[in-house]
Amino acid sequence: MAVSMPTKIVTARLEHADSHTLERYLATGGYDGLRKALGMTPAEVAAEVDAASLLGRGGAGFPAGRKWSMLKKDPLTYLVVNGDESEPATFKDHLLIERDPHQILEGVIISAYALQVTQAFVYIRGEFALGLERMEEAVNDAYRQHALGSDIFGSGFSLDVVVHPGAGAYICGEETALLESLEGKRGFPRIKPPYFPAVIGLYGQPTVVNNVETMANIPWIVLHGGAAFAAMGEGRSTGTRLFALSGHVNRPGPYEVQMVKTTFRDLIYAPELGGGVREGRDLKAFIPGGVSSPWFGPGQVDLPLGQDEVAQEGSMLGSGSVVVMDSSTCVVRAAWRITKFFFRESCGQCTPCREGSGWLERILYRIEHGGGREQDLDLLMDVCDNISPGVHWPPQQTTICVLGPSIPPSIAAGLKMFRDEFLVHIKDGGCPFD
Amino acid sequence: MSHFSAAMAARARQLVALYPEPRSALLPLCHLAQEQDGWLRPEAMEEIAELVGVTAAEVRGTATFYDMLHTEPVGRYVVAVCTNIACILSGGAEMLEHAERRLRVRVGSTTEDGLFTLEESECLADCDFPPCVQVNHRFVRTTTPELFDRLIDELAAGGHAEDIPPHGTLVRVRRSGGLRVDRADIARERAAAEERSS
Repeated sequence: MAVSMPTKIVTARLEHADSHTLERYLATGGYDGLRKALGMTPAEVAAEVDAASLLGRGGAGFPAGRKWSMLKKDPLTYLVVNGDESEPATFKDHLLIERDPHQILEGVIISAYALQVTQAFVYIRGEFALGLERMEEAVNDAYRQHALGSDIFGSGFSLDVVVHPGAGAYICGEETALLESLEGKRGFPRIKPPYFPAVIGLYGQPTVVNNVETMANIPWIVLHGGAAFAAMGEGRSTGTRLFALSGHVNRPGPYEVQMVKTTFRDLIYAPELGGGVREGRDLKAFIPGGVSSPWFGPGQVDLPLGQDEVAQEGSMLGSGSVVVMDSSTCVVRAAWRITKFFFRESCGQCTPCREGSGWLERILYRIEHGGGREQDLDLLMDVCDNISPGVHWPPQQTTICVLGPSIPPSIAAGLKMFRDEFLVHIKDGGCPFD
Repeated sequence: MSHFSAAMAARARQLVALYPEPRSALLPLCHLAQEQDGWLRPEAMEEIAELVGVTAAEVRGTATFYDMLHTEPVGRYVVAVCTNIACILSGGAEMLEHAERRLRVRVGSTTEDGLFTLEESECLADCDFPPCVQVNHRFVRTTTPELFDRLIDELAAGGHAEDIPPHGTLVRVRRSGGLRVDRADIARERAAAEERSS
């Protein structure tokens, strides 16, 4: 099976061990995009991003250009970059922050220019100590190069960027929780409406929140044009995307591939990508877009890596992380561990999520450890229904944010695909994989 | 009498001045306090409260929301073992059990010599090197029990001083660009922006 490896965009520089340094960045076309952008009008820059039809790379997949156009006009607006990558099994932003911080920063400066924002914040997950150091160094370099501060490259445009460390909380990846956290508070998501960041964001001012990988694509788009970006991929899913592949594969890793033109089968099995399921075992199931997404089975492995294509099959491409589970995997244990994560990370504002996640975790734990009852399967779905009415996809919610409706998918998919396996746990009084 | 040392207090003032609203510096200041003391002492929280203009209870109430901020003492090295989905498929749970045996502590506890605190962590975003282990938020990639044991031995013998600073020290790079002397600068910038747009 041959996969056509496309132009590398966000990982182009990573073949160099010193890809994070200013020297390497400048030697490989660094800040050329910014120089070009500053010679254009802000509206022209925004038009290129719009033409690229760049879908946000954080998880929701909202078009970046449209997001920018929704920013409420106001004398004081902000750009906030979300580098709080915490969705389990997602490790692409970690790579980009550590290995190519200047590329992200250049994207931030160009975006700030297009939005005419003079203050930006890059919120980086606190656990990324090295990434925080490298981004801080990149910011220092940029000030020295006059790529930040007053009168950038003599253009008259000025921008300050602050690198802000998180302190350990999954929920702060949710954009309104991130803004609360950036304001020095607990990461409690805000209710929308009225708190759409584009209208009421940081300090109550209109704010654009973009993901790190989204920013990393911007310099290339400005240099090569939105049309060149849109020529890659297909339909609404344009360009390349950095997928994080993990679990039972021979070559787990981050892979930048062309959207839609590449399938899950390519990603998992191609020798230059995942290299197949470990120890030659059969594929049992895979998680297509972070643990908040409904699972897929071997029957869906030929689906293209496209946002709409995956949505039509009842799941999402989400955060771009694919977790492969082989035939040796206990799905009850997998669903339990994912649910335990949500229980730990629920911010606690909404009762269905705060209490429901704990109930679900305890029910799954007792099934896995031999204390399950046959009515537990209905009970699981009943609790899921309280968090996300109907338990369908795309989900409804009874909570402020989408952490709540992110809890049921692994349980509902596990039960739908492997109900017998749950029943064996209950009938045999324990886990058949132990 | 300031709880922060003179050098730390200067960095603290610099941090507060970076933000349009002082409270935004709350989390960075908590990290700073941990850098000085290894954990978040009550006296530090009181001083942070003064610096950002909230009560000490608000600082505590915010800090306790976040996993990385410790309101009780921890070891010089906080060892975090991930058991989330990608790691549990590749021996994360077994690695955590091994770490408990090797360090002779339960998850959440600190060794008697005050050197190591063991934590079970959620996904740390390094899933291509499972099971993922961090020491003081540095990725150490000890993917086998043997590699883990060797690292623990080396740390106990005072090794890795360069790449793994004591717990609390998060970012060793000091910001040098775009520093403001005081908050009046921000007010002036904002006034100028408003003038331009009106």
